[in-house]
Amino acid sequence: MKTIEEIIAEFVAAPDRDRRDRDQPSPSAIIPLLQATQKERGYVPEEAIRGISRALRVPRSTVYGVATFYNQFRLTPLGEHVVEICRGTACHVKGSGKLCDHLRRKLKLQKDGNSRDGKFTLLTPACLGACSIASVVRVDGEFHGGMDVAKLDALLDQLK
Amino acid sequence: MEITVNGKPVECDKDDTVLDAASRAGVHIPHLCALDVAPAPHASCRVCLVEVEGEARLQTSCTMKVREGLRVRTHSPKVLRIRRNIVELLLAGHPDDCLYCARADDCELSRLAALLDVRERRYAGRVKDQPIDVSSVAIVRDPSKCILCGRCVTVCQTEQGVGAIDFAGRGFDTSVRPGGDAGLDVSDCVFCGQCVRVCPTGALGERSAVAEVSEALGKAASGRLDAVAQIAPAVPATLAAELGLGNPMAALELVTGALRQIGFSAVYDTSFAADLTVMEEAHELLGRLGGGGPLPMFTSCSPAWVRFVELHRPEFVPHLSTCKSPQQMAAALIKERAAREGRDVYSVAVMPCTAKKQEAFEVGDLDAVLTTRELLRLLKNFGVEPGNDAKLRSRPDAPFGEASGAGRLFGGSGGVMEAALRTAAHMAGAETPPRATASAPLRSGERIRTFTAPVGGRELRCAVASGLGAAKSLLDQLAAKKVDLDFVEVMSCPGGCIGGGGQPRRRRDRSGHDEMLKARRIRIHDADKKAPLHAAHENPEVARLYEEWLGAPGGGESHRLLHRGYNA
Repeated sequence: MKTIEEIIAEFVAAPDRDRRDRDQPSPSAIIPLLQATQKERGYVPEEAIRGISRALRVPRSTVYGVATFYNQFRLTPLGEHVVEICRGTACHVKGSGKLCDHLRRKLKLQKDGNSRDGKFTLLTPACLGACSIASVVRVDGEFHGGMDVAKLDALLDQLK
Repeated sequence: MEITVNGKPVECDKDDTVLDAASRAGVHIPHLCALDVAPAPHASCRVCLVEVEGEARLQTSCTMKVREGLRVRTHSPKVLRIRRNIVELLLAGHPDDCLYCARADDCELSRLAALLDVRERRYAGRVKDQPIDVSSVAIVRDPSKCILCGRCVTVCQTEQGVGAIDFAGRGFDTSVRPGGDAGLDVSDCVFCGQCVRVCPTGALGERSAVAEVSEALGKAASGRLDAVAQIAPAVPATLAAELGLGNPMAALELVTGALRQIGFSAVYDTSFAADLTVMEEAHELLGRLGGGGPLPMFTSCSPAWVRFVELHRPEFVPHLSTCKSPQQMAAALIKERAAREGRDVYSVAVMPCTAKKQEAFEVGDLDAVLTTRELLRLLKNFGVEPGNDAKLRSRPDAPFGEASGAGRLFGGSGGVMEAALRTAAHMAGAETPPRATASAPLRSGERIRTFTAPVGGRELRCAVASGLGAAKSLLDQLAAKKVDLDFVEVMSCPGGCIGGGGQPRRRRDRSGHDEMLKARRIRIHDADKKAPLHAAHENPEVARLYEEWLGAPGGGESHRLLHRGYNA
């Protein structure tokens, strides 16, 4: 696993990088660096926020502000299994809100969507783009259509 | 250039905003987010909206630049209706526990609601239930009371260059946070308190010590405890300005009398310890100039500056003078003296500063630090208001009560430098300290002043930085070797301690702060001018202290009591 310093060094050394940015990368590198970190680690750890802040000479609070503004960034690690319940309009009409509530209760999910044992993470993307088979749940990358509470329970039981 | 405000012609500069021009013409446009320090306000509060002829929508007067022939209406029925609605929406998500709020009697939001005659809750919004951050001994953050105006963020980032806080999250969950989920205590905050000074609501405040000091005074009243206080030089200068007194010495005597009245057995003058700081610091400076340490030497009286160096620019730590601040020197002497006499004292410092609370927490020797605001609250609690009773006046107590004009200068930007130069020149062999020859840069209101001063046959290269933002750019210049300096004074707050984070807040308008600073600065300089003693080394109490107790500046005993180390 790459360290934050390596991720930053790699970013700065990219062949298409502006020459000025090689000496001192500009604050506009915050988002690409957060993305690179998340790709590498699955989330943005605190030391990455510190590292990016140091490298770009931008306050830590500002990097944290950007990381918490966008949904794409997570500040806590993902669980073993990632359950994505689509919150698009079609899925909403087909009861995806209930699926979320059910899962939050059943797995006692915390604010970041993780179960305490670190086994599951619930994510709620705005739309997974498979409206014809609403309500859609993606579990560890695999799509499941026409979901309801019973089917979701059955699916999760298989994972345990 | 001329614009028309509410039908009346108003002269203005081309760089003015409509808010500036109106304000100077005496038209008060209510506003929350705009600050005089910020080049560009967030324009987030929307309270300063005005009607502009030819524009379909209302415009934010804090960001709109004037142009020839502009006609604006600041209080039309339409503006009033919308402005009131905006404030109602701000209140919709605001907690209702104003009765218990620290800002109950000086909340800008509450004043604004009253001004706009908001008399019912038309919108019942959800109140943020974010926990209060009590992790710091200096500053308390209550995000539920925050209206996201962004003044604190602007001051912290733009003016102070610290950037300890910024907006985080999105939508309803947006809040001002210190770069993580943890508290201020482990953040990049240096506790200068400028955010506290500008916060319009109870979202940011000092960690109040009023209750614990009151309790201690209760014990003092029954003879179970001996309470003593020290007063920083910026405090009487500030009160003199607030009370309209010309001479800050009168204010010092009023506060001294008031503190005795409520039960302090002795009240000392921190300016005395400032004189001591001058002796130690001048000695250290000459030692460094003679090859004994890295140059430039940085003053170390301003605790937020010390913390800024420790946290943000640790490579410069060796440049910090090892002298404790006057607060800590006085505190060490008070405790040491009591210990020698076999007594126990409850030692309180009255400071214009929130960072002094953190400093006392780290360095020790104090039981409580009160800001100027807390001092006024404490006295009010006890039914004593300085200024209403001339009979209350009393001089600070010996042996830490006598101060030279130099020590009194510590309250304003340039003062530590000026005081130290007087004594350094003397220690280096100058015959008489030059009286009233302060060079213009020493006392100007500029943020960075560089100049030379004669000390021991050479021209010392000096710089004064007023505010951490200025200090930061000075450090950048030093790091880039663009400047070469011997002695640098930094006060964390713009204007120095008189502009400190613990000072009374401005009452009303954006034009207020600079004028307030000026009124206080004049009094600091006046205290120096009127002082019978010009320089620290002329202070007989200081001389006696060295003779009877400390030995010589920089000696073993003064090193033990008056110097400190740093984290790096």
